[in-house]
Formats: sequence, structure tokens, C-alpha cells
Amino acid sequence: MQLNILNKGDAVVAELDGELDEHTASQVREALDKRISAGGFRNFVFDFSRLSFMDSTGIGMLLGRYKILKRSGAGIYISSPRPQVDKILSLAGIYSIIQKINL
Amino acid sequence: MNKLYIKISADIANDAFIRSTVAAFCVELNPTVEQIEDIKTAVSEAFTNCVIHGYECKKGNYVYLDLCVDDGKLSIIISDGGKGIENVEKAMEPFFTTKPEEERSGMGFTLMGTFMDEMRVDSTPGKGTTVTMVKNIGKEVA
Repeated sequence: MQLNILNKGDAVVAELDGELDEHTASQVREALDKRISAGGFRNFVFDFSRLSFMDSTGIGMLLGRYKILKRSGAGIYISSPRPQVDKILSLAGIYSIIQKINL
Repeated sequence: MNKLYIKISADIANDAFIRSTVAAFCVELNPTVEQIEDIKTAVSEAFTNCVIHGYECKKGNYVYLDLCVDDGKLSIIISDGGKGIENVEKAMEPFFTTKPEEERSGMGFTLMGTFMDEMRVDSTPGKGTTVTMVKNIGKEVA
């Protein structure tokens, strides 16, 4: 799992590349929380276009980041999930709190 | 009919290997990409449960997988000899988790049940848990 965090204008884009499971989630959580706590953005985008696998660990990871980001008042988005990841996010009702976009 | 039995260390680092192995095992049934993804997700959920909940990440334990492809179906039995589940019915409710402080979603059994055609959970507190899942894939390629 590789995580690239990019600054694009007033947004932070976190690109997840690889497989997100219980084994890889802790390093992703840590890196995301570090960037979120640094602040300086109005929108936060999880770019899932290169996320090839995700299980329910990803749901927990997203909900945890959502709680932190919501407190900061930032806009939160998920971009371009692949079909299986999209299916899991839909099933978990994630899109009722985090909007899906296509970058 | 083809069968595979695996005994593997209950180490979460083995999750990716196990789900990929199960996916490779059922290739002879000519599954679609979506079916492969469904199986990998369900296996990952079951294996993670064994390691995180069954054994609570304690080292020196094993997860057992009993796989069978027959008549267009993949059967997967995943079991551990861990702490077991006190209330299986409750554990299978969406969003129920015994570890909310660890950012657990409580969606593991829901995903297994949704992505597989059959799922059954047998658990004995103090002795372990067995999850049996079946995916109807299609007839074997001659």
C-alpha cells in the first residue's frame, strides 16, 4: 500500500494505491492523521482510483477520519472508487455522509 | 472436485496471501472479476476476524482453511481455536462491534453474507469459531 498526499489549491488529495486491509491500515491512518492535524486546507479528498482492494477495515478507517475532519469543518470527498470498493462503500452507507466525486 | 487444506499462522500479514490463494484456487471454475473480488473480500473479513477477535492478535496460533470446488461451487470453511463469540446473532448485526475504540466498522459478517451465496457461523466460547461460506460460480471449464 502506497499513500501519496498532495496539496491542490485549498484541497488535500490523499491517493491510496494498493490494497487496504487490517495489515496496511495502521500506516495509512497514521500518515493521514499527521496531514489532517497540520491543517491549512478547506477540502479533503480520498482518491480511491488506484485502490485495488478494500475490506471493512477501510470503512472503519474512513469513519475515523470523517469524525476528525468534520470537527475541522473541512469538506470531505471520495473520488473515483473502483467497482468493488464502491460496492462496499455503498453497502456501508458511507455516501450518506461523504460525497462521491470524480476528479 | 478439488480440495485444498491450509494451516497458516494467525498473523494479519498473511491476510493478502490467503485471499489471493483462495481466489487462485477457484480459477478453474472460471469466475468473473466481480465474483473473484467478492470472494477475496469475504475471505479477508473472515481471516481478519480470526486474528483480531478470535486470537486477539496473540502470536503462536493458527487459522485453518478447508477449500473445495465442486459442481460449480466454491466452499470455504475458515476456523480458529480462539476465544469464540458469546452471541453470534448479535455479532452478525450490521455495525455491531466489540471493539469500537479501535475504529472497527462492525461490517465484517454483513459483507461476508452479502458477497457469498451462503454463510454460516458456528462458535463455542473458549473453543473457537468456524465460518462456512459458499459461492455459486458456474460449471467447471472442461
